[in-house]
Amino acid sequence: MNIPTNLRYTSSHEWVRTEADGTVSIGITDHAQAALGDLVYLELPQVGRKLAAAEACAVVESVKAASDVYAPIAGEVVDVNAGVTSSPEQVNQDPYAAWLFRIRPADAGAAAKLLDARAYEATIGDA
Amino acid sequence: MVDFGGWDMPVNYGSQIDEHRAVRTDVGMFDVSHMLALDVEGAGARDFLRYVLANNVDRLKTPGKALYSCLLKPDGTVQDDLIVYFLHDDFFRLIVNAGTAEKDIEWFRERLRERQSAVTLTPRTDLAIIAVQGPNAARALPKALPSAAKLVSTLKPFHAAILEDALGEVMIARTGYTGEDGFEVVLPAAAAADLWTRLSGAGVAPCGLGARDTLRLEAGMNLYGQDMDETVTPLESGLAWTIDLASPRDFIGKSALNARPPARQLIGLVLLDKGGVLRAHQKVHTDRGDGEITSGTFSPTLNQSIALARLPAGIAAGDKVKVVVRDRELAARVVKLPFVRNGKVLADVAP
Repeated sequence: MNIPTNLRYTSSHEWVRTEADGTVSIGITDHAQAALGDLVYLELPQVGRKLAAAEACAVVESVKAASDVYAPIAGEVVDVNAGVTSSPEQVNQDPYAAWLFRIRPADAGAAAKLLDARAYEATIGDA
Repeated sequence: MVDFGGWDMPVNYGSQIDEHRAVRTDVGMFDVSHMLALDVEGAGARDFLRYVLANNVDRLKTPGKALYSCLLKPDGTVQDDLIVYFLHDDFFRLIVNAGTAEKDIEWFRERLRERQSAVTLTPRTDLAIIAVQGPNAARALPKALPSAAKLVSTLKPFHAAILEDALGEVMIARTGYTGEDGFEVVLPAAAAADLWTRLSGAGVAPCGLGARDTLRLEAGMNLYGQDMDETVTPLESGLAWTIDLASPRDFIGKSALNARPPARQLIGLVLLDKGGVLRAHQKVHTDRGDGEITSGTFSPTLNQSIALARLPAGIAAGDKVKVVVRDRELAARVVKLPFVRNGKVLADVAP
């Protein structure tokens, strides 16, 4: 299972990467895409939407099932990845390149408080 | 792995969509040993099946011929669906679903006792079943099972035969659950792993329950327990073609079906709007009232979401309906089944 050490994670299987401009990119983990199987439909939040931490804000659907994606931290959506909505299989192929949406954090320090790779690995070890 | 009728079964070995495509364009295999073979033997076997099965076993005139049938309760609802193979005089083999097998056995035994019949019923828990499905199935199977080469080249669809092989007694049936050409190989359980390994060596792709479900849905075939069960009749399940109410033959459930004209039907849907994937239990709004999706998925062959839905009678192919997907109503078109047969799209999928 691929869990890059330069990212932060949630126990609900989102990954978070802080970009140079202070926004954060959010996607789903390798573990999540493997559990869901072939993705066929993504629904992403509107740009401008203000999200609370842990708010359900996107949907990923595979052949098998639909699953919510939760905002790892509070903030405003500033960009969505149109490429993955037209080709959801990108998320299966490279889940850490295929970001879903970017937010400007309400609290710049919030991302650093999420799980690191080792802590995330421990949560899926329990699953 | 998931629990399926008490069996631990793989949903997928790798990519479910790749497994699906292997069966549509090449050849794949499924371990379907969860299904149970039930041998019905002895003088009166045909008379017994003529009475307990909804479809008419008198259609099975030549040995080797197979027939799809529902097993009905007296109220006309569906207790199971099965394939019956006529192997030779006084010898039939039924293949029934895993989740219903025990109930079926008990049901058949009660009916035999009522009739004071000497017909024997033998659950063949010693047998395994491997389905080899796809346009290249007839090329791949003899590579793994050379003794079947002649049979595979001559066996007609919905026919079966038994051959003797070093693996033991093997039944080869040209039947399946995918809408493609293919075979179901019934063999001693102890030999199943050997055949599986040989098929794999012949280039046959292992496929799980996930691909089996998308393939059968595209082929417009019902899944027992999901698209039909003991709350609906075959006439409400797209299976009127398996039942001849006009014939003088009496069978269990017949009088109830005659007394209960269907108010609902099972029919296909193709999702027209973007906005999600059709899934079981989503509500469907039609001009004649509400219905419900019984099975839905994303169809890899159509590249669109499709479903089987139980809708009010009178709704017909070509009608537009609305499906409630999460908090939205999405447009879908009613279509005739199947969606796909022998690799070709038959349903009207234009937006």
